[in-house]
Order: sequence, then C-alpha cells, then structure tokens
Amino acid sequence: MEAVGLWQSAFDLMLGFSLFGLAWRMLFCADLFKSIVLFITFGLLMAIAWVRLEAPDVALAEATIGAGLTGALLMSAFAKLRTLDNSLKSGQPLLPRPRLHVINFWIALLFTVLLTGGLAYAVLSLPSHSPGLSDAVMSQLDSSGVTHPVTAVLLNFRGYDTLLEMAVLLLSIQSVWSMAGMSDAGEVHTSPVLNVLIQLLSPVLILVSAYLLWVGAHAPGGAFQAGSILGAAGVLLVLSGRPLFNLKKSWLIRLMLVAGPAAFIALATLTLINEGQLLKYPVANAANYILLLETLATVSIGTTLLALFVGSQTEAVQQDQSHQ
Amino acid sequence: MMLADILTIILLLGGAFFFLAGTIGLLRFPDVYTRLHALTKADNVGLGLIVTGLAIQAQSWAAAGKLILIWLLVLLAGAGVSYLIANGALARGVAFWKR
Repeated sequence: MEAVGLWQSAFDLMLGFSLFGLAWRMLFCADLFKSIVLFITFGLLMAIAWVRLEAPDVALAEATIGAGLTGALLMSAFAKLRTLDNSLKSGQPLLPRPRLHVINFWIALLFTVLLTGGLAYAVLSLPSHSPGLSDAVMSQLDSSGVTHPVTAVLLNFRGYDTLLEMAVLLLSIQSVWSMAGMSDAGEVHTSPVLNVLIQLLSPVLILVSAYLLWVGAHAPGGAFQAGSILGAAGVLLVLSGRPLFNLKKSWLIRLMLVAGPAAFIALATLTLINEGQLLKYPVANAANYILLLETLATVSIGTTLLALFVGSQTEAVQQDQSHQ
Repeated sequence: MMLADILTIILLLGGAFFFLAGTIGLLRFPDVYTRLHALTKADNVGLGLIVTGLAIQAQSWAAAGKLILIWLLVLLAGAGVSYLIANGALARGVAFWKR
C-alpha cells in the first residue's frame, strides 16, 4: 500500500505542475488559437484533478462545460474575430495580443501577488481536518428524497442556490440575444463522415444525458451534467447544418429556455404557501419533485448552452460578409 | 497472483506502450497527416488494450460493458475527428511532407 501511495503522490504532483504549466502557456501564448486549445487541455486535466480530489460531480461538470462547451464557445468567438479582422496577412500569428505596458505589467503583478497571498492565507487558516457540513447532510439524507448527497444539497437542502443559478443562465442568454441578436448558424461543414458520426453520436448523447439525469439520484450526475451533454448534442447538430429550431421565431425554444427556472419558481411558490418555506418539499413527494425539477432544468440548461453557442456565433459574421 | 492479474498487467503495459509511441509520434512526426496517424494508433489500440485489461478486473458485466462502450465511442470519435482534421488541413492546402 505504501508504494501505491507514493505513486499516487507522484501522479498528483505531476498533475499539479502540468496544470500550472498549461495555465502559464495559455496566458502567455502569442497565438489565440493555441491559447484556446491549451484552455481545453487545461479543462480536461482539471477534470482529472477533481477526480483525484474525490469530487466526481465537479469533474463531470468541468469536463462537459469547462472543457467541452466553453471550448466550443471560444472557438466560435475566435472564428468570428478572425472573419472580422481581415487586414491580417497570412503567415502572421492570428490576432497577436497587444504587449502590456511596463506599468500595467507591474500593477497586474502586484494584484496577482496580493490575490495569491490572500488565497494562500485563507487556505492555510482553514482547520486542517474539518468535516464541514457533511455530517449535517448525511444525517438528513433520508428525508431528502435522493441517496446521493450532492444532489440532495443542490436540489433540496440548498435548492434556492440552484434556482438562482437557473436564473443566471436565463439572464446570460437574454443578454447574448440583446447584444448579438438571434440568428441561425452561418458556416456549415458537411461531409459524409461527419454525417454518419452525428447520426451515430446524437442518439448516444441523448441517452447519456438521460442516464446522467436519472443516475443523479444515487450517484454522481444530475441536471447540469446532463444538460451540458444535451447542449453538446445540439452544438454538433447545428455545426453539421441541421438547425434544430428556427431560433428567431420558435416559441418552443423560448419555452424550453424558461421551463427550468419557471418550474423552480412555481414549486418555490407552492411550497411557500403549503409548507411555509421556500422549496421545503414534503418528505413523501421529495423524490418526485426533485426528478421533475431536474428534468426540466436539464432541458433548460441544454437549450441555454446551445442558444449561447448559436447566438454568439453568427450575426456579426453574416453582416461582415454582406458588406463585402 | 491470479492469472487475471497477470493478464491485466500485460494488457495495461501494452496499452501504455502504444500511448507512449503515439505521443512520441505526435511530437516527432513531420506533418499533420503523419501525426494523426500516430495519434489514432494510441487512441484505438492503446485504449483498447487498457480497456480490455480493466474489463478483466471489473466487478460486474455491466461495468465491463460500460468500459467497452467507452472504447467504441472513442474509436468512433477518433476516426471521425481525425478524418475531419485531415480533410480540413487538405482543404486549407497544408502540404504533405516529402523527404
């Protein structure tokens, strides 16, 4: 067992240094495209780090949202920037970053050192062995309706937080739509191989999403992970030129965007009237309420992430092309 | 040590060898197309060996099945994506390596 512990420590050290190195390269790389690729790599290694910290829920979310969908968003933003900026000659690194002024560099360094120092102080001042709230959660787990403590906290004990998170997602797509307008995918790549790949992968992705949603009741998984995989399936479909919805007109997509937050608010109101407290479910029905909320939240999260991708992707590109 | 354990160790080492070879190829090969060739060997064969080695140790048939499903998905994605990258490189006129 001693040898195994040593190997694990070596692996953790390597992982930590790799993350640090990747973050460094990502920030100081002259080429934005390289930075994005490094960011995606960073997200994947970060997911492994979360697994090593025994937080598989966070690892799943990091892999799907942090590395996957954020990577896709950054790539589409990069493509848009490249199209807008036609003056660059080929051969140069695309979109070279402006050099920092010397004073700005020192100011940035000062704040970074202060922030790092503060964080280090906060971490070091924590008690070294604190159970946190896990005892309180485990003692109440039977009344939550699920057997996975993370889901119990997110959807029952601290359901209020998740309600606000859903509201933030809704706000984000509203602001993207008001800034960029709504439009359908512009650049479309089709090839027979991509078509077969998507035909095979889309049903699998939907199945995996449903599995993660269902398994969240007793194991790592849940609405955010399931929703982001659903969103990824949508991104694949949009990229291959199968517009799922006409985003400009469809009321269906608006309904899907608000389904999660609306269900949360409705249930919060209902429990406030019946139980006298926000999102305090009666124990007998807690499992059903959580499943209902998670299902609708999955649909809303998936649609929001897809709409963010589509919404950020196109309008400016199309305008730019029409000018030429 | 059980026979299954020995088999697992051999398969995992074999898988690690393919990943190492694939990584060296990715770093050392001269152009996009040959690098993709090296990468897909690691993904397909290396992961296949590792998944087989782990499936032998799996507690249930369901766990072994999930592992093999992951391998099949990676095969599918790897083959499709490497085609798309190669095709994209070709469309942008990335030159073939010539000695």
